Amino acid sequence: MILLARRIGFYILTALVAITLDFFIPRLMPGNAVAAALANLHSQFTPATIKALELQYGVGTNQSLWSQYLHYWDNLLHGNWGISTSHYPATVTSVISSGLPWTLALVGVATVISFTLGTLLGILVAWRRGTALDSLLPAMTFFQAAPYFFIAIVLVAVFATKLGWFPAISAYDQTLVTPGWNWAYISNVLDHAFLPALTIVLASAAGWIVGMRNVMVTTMDEDYVLVAQAKGLPKRRVVNYAARNAILPSVTGFSLAIGFVVSGALLTEIVFSYPGIGYILQQAVLERDYPLLQGVFLIITFTVLTANLIADFAYVLLDPRTRQEA
Amino acid sequence: MAIGIGVGAAETPPVTAGTPVRGSRARRMRIPRSPKVLIGLGMLVFFVLLAVIGPLVAPYDPSASLSSTNGVPQPPSAAHWLGTTQTQQDLLSQLLVGGRSTMLVAILAGVVATALSVIVGVTSGYVGGLVDDLLSMLTNIGLVLPALPLLIVMTGFLPKDGNPSDLLIGLIIAVTGWAWGARVLRVQTLSLRNRDFVKSARIIGERRWRIIGFEIMPGLVPIIASSFLFTVIYGVGTYTALAFLGLINGTHWSWGTILFWAQSQTAAQNGYWWWWVPPGLAVALLGTSLALLNFGIDEFVNPRLRAAGLSRGQARKAGLPRRFPLGVTPVTRPRAPVSPMASIRPATEKARS
Amino acid sequence: MTSLRVGTLDQPAEAGRSRPDEPLLEVTGLCVDYGIGPDAVHAVLDADLVLHRGEVLGLAGESGSGKSTFAYAATRLLRAPGVITGGSVRFHLGQGDDIDLLAADEAQLRRLRWAHIAVVMQSAMNALNPVMSIGDQLGDVLQAHRPDMDRAARRDRAVQLLDMVGITADRLRSYPHELSGGMRQRVMIAMALALEPQMVIMDEPTTALDVVTQREILEELTALRDRLGFAVLFITHDLSLLIEIADSIAIMYGGRIAERARATALFRAPRHPYTLGLLGSFPSLHGPRVHMTGIAGSPPDLRNPPTGCPFHPRCGYVMERCRTELPPLRPVARADAADPRVAACWLQDGSAPPPAELARPAPDPGPYPGPGVSGTPADTEGGAA
Repeated sequence: MILLARRIGFYILTALVAITLDFFIPRLMPGNAVAAALANLHSQFTPATIKALELQYGVGTNQSLWSQYLHYWDNLLHGNWGISTSHYPATVTSVISSGLPWTLALVGVATVISFTLGTLLGILVAWRRGTALDSLLPAMTFFQAAPYFFIAIVLVAVFATKLGWFPAISAYDQTLVTPGWNWAYISNVLDHAFLPALTIVLASAAGWIVGMRNVMVTTMDEDYVLVAQAKGLPKRRVVNYAARNAILPSVTGFSLAIGFVVSGALLTEIVFSYPGIGYILQQAVLERDYPLLQGVFLIITFTVLTANLIADFAYVLLDPRTRQEA
Repeated sequence: MAIGIGVGAAETPPVTAGTPVRGSRARRMRIPRSPKVLIGLGMLVFFVLLAVIGPLVAPYDPSASLSSTNGVPQPPSAAHWLGTTQTQQDLLSQLLVGGRSTMLVAILAGVVATALSVIVGVTSGYVGGLVDDLLSMLTNIGLVLPALPLLIVMTGFLPKDGNPSDLLIGLIIAVTGWAWGARVLRVQTLSLRNRDFVKSARIIGERRWRIIGFEIMPGLVPIIASSFLFTVIYGVGTYTALAFLGLINGTHWSWGTILFWAQSQTAAQNGYWWWWVPPGLAVALLGTSLALLNFGIDEFVNPRLRAAGLSRGQARKAGLPRRFPLGVTPVTRPRAPVSPMASIRPATEKARS
Repeated sequence: MTSLRVGTLDQPAEAGRSRPDEPLLEVTGLCVDYGIGPDAVHAVLDADLVLHRGEVLGLAGESGSGKSTFAYAATRLLRAPGVITGGSVRFHLGQGDDIDLLAADEAQLRRLRWAHIAVVMQSAMNALNPVMSIGDQLGDVLQAHRPDMDRAARRDRAVQLLDMVGITADRLRSYPHELSGGMRQRVMIAMALALEPQMVIMDEPTTALDVVTQREILEELTALRDRLGFAVLFITHDLSLLIEIADSIAIMYGGRIAERARATALFRAPRHPYTLGLLGSFPSLHGPRVHMTGIAGSPPDLRNPPTGCPFHPRCGYVMERCRTELPPLRPVARADAADPRVAACWLQDGSAPPPAELARPAPDPGPYPGPGVSGTPADTEGGAA
């Protein structure tokens, strides 16, 4: 439990660092991008909005850096993350919350599937060492190295454009179905989510497979696995002895990889024009919508931190040694 | 991702009173025999060559629109081996010119990030105490903060019409990529620091930097090499992603830039495969070659990951199953007795079967 | 060699009775290599050994002598890249039924293991699964071999086993890291005895423990042996331990058996120079102070073994013959059926009288099993000249 408390404290610290970075980066990067952007703002913007933006970025004010920082924190904690310049007059929070559920659903489900599949396959490849399965491993390196969006593009080109089996864009077809708890909507959503999810699974599973295989191979050399064999236990049980221990470094690896998986998922969304955070992010970049850009960064960071925390919980559950009090 | 760099001791054929392993003993240079490593090395050499001579042999200026257009990308032809974009720019030239920037940025990011990770990781592991606590905290933060979003924010605040140099991009990417290497190096340094040969060096009174340089670093070389390769893979992927998102100037040619323009014309959905396949494949293959090399280093460091000592031919000749099932030691065809004089058994034991 | 009948394997072992003249495990000419082909290392060469029912056989030697390799190979538990390249291993199940372990398949081995042959490893911290509770680890072997036992019965048996080694029942829910080193080792022993096997291989079970705990474990072991009557193959590098508990002792050197004899005979009257050197390497608590000698040199490199007798580079009695001809393991001159002892040394071939230190009169064998069974024997002096 102490372990978990320490981890939570660490994540809070990291969140603080992220927020601080978010504050300082606009002011630190070379060139004067913010001023240029502000100068080019749409004439539709009310003077109040422009003033607020200037305040947010410290342009043309004589406030000290420290008071700007405090002001920034004040806004943040009150849920005032600014107005999106590209979606004017929508607030940043409203834009983000329109896309966040889509991303969470897609990435969450795909990652769970990928990790489970990858871990099981990794155990299999390790157990059946020396058979043809070993030749899978170089193929895995290809998938590990291929960028997410490349795999996404390949899938689109093959399965959507060429074969027409699955749709190529969006989360659901607005002309066909209306949102609600009806089967037509849900099946349409699943149809549209299939290729993006498959992209994430293909791109990330390779890492789990190779990682789990390597850990299993090392674990199978442990004395207790030999004891399990010496006990005459059925093969399934012996594998279990090894796997229950090998899963621990794998969960740690999962924690380390979450950031990469989320990043890759965002890029995937862009290829599919899937209306999640990734898509919003791309628009923010193209339009240089700075408030939105910063807000998205924070949300992504918080999501990753939460996922890490969940993984830490799982680790504590799986490893009785962490539950030792002092 | 989670390739384990386990540095467990190799499994023991009977240990004889050999010399203890010293980090500063010169390692015999082993010529890698694994096909994985050789293929990876070959591909990498190809890409490096491409980066060096690419821009010199590109047939056209990658940014030039070559013929009057009908606004449709042209498939590969004799004049344009990889086809054209919708403004009739030659894709082969873009690929060749873009290769150099991609490789440069990736290698630069790899070098700087690895240097950073060595400094942070080794210091943290060797010095210990408060310095270790602080640096570890820093490393952990660097590990958890998602890299690409941070990079997006950082590059997003660069001037929109600016053209950041490869150097700048490489440095920015390096700033986000050192944490993993630092963590692994710290662990390794800690374990090496407690080995006897280091302890004796400290007792003798060798100066700290000499100990780090001559006793500890040699033991870290495989990990540093592996970390470097990993970071280069990371650099390629990240640079390509940043360009794909449009954060790098659209005329600053790299493989990611080509993909950006392809996506802007939804090339995938429109079937312009020649636009996105070559650059995407190039990135994937470059990454694969580095990963294969990494495999080789991994197996060198952790011998258990190698196949259990037998090639297929050897195993078949000996009448053994190809894989050694765990828990059932294989028995080969019995060979002739070792000594010319067969042992004489006491009367109570049965004759050899 | 009869083929295996399911019925015989699955009958529980008969406990309690030791029969010194009934062989339980007969190893003949066992050869074990690491690796295959010209680079293979010959770890065990032509090893012969017999373990009798209820006997405690000590297997002693330096690190790298091949003793662990031998034991694991004989039970087909040796890890890759170990390969058995010759010999036979006959296990006598009882009622005239026996099985060649080297020819058995995986299913047969699985039924045989733990029910008849159990293993206690050196480091209990590594040999116990760190993420499973003690109760689960004791129970799963019962589940695998005694399908008729239900959960309650298994739990009772587990409690009984822990009680047998002096551990309280509340430890069933504990994990290995929550126990002390000595407790873990006792759990290992309890686990090994769960199915009341006919033999237990103990691979340096006390090496990782402090001296006090060592003694406790050995006493525990002795008491259990008295009660259940299983045979023990006790592997160690510490010859002094074997004084306490062994009936017979085999000494291994360079992958070969150098000498084998009853325990008291070996201690009082060694026949192999290596044994003599080993005995001179530890002091006795009683008796006059003597000049310690030890053995000069270091164990042979098995990748490049010496010609002839493997011990000749370090032997104080080396002859010309020793350098070129390998001495076979054969009965010592004037050995008899009551005291079957063998040694691999040219000094003992009867052609010339051996040096006095190697020709001391063997003590009267006495009743068998020997004095190592219970309590401290009176004649436990080391090899003082």
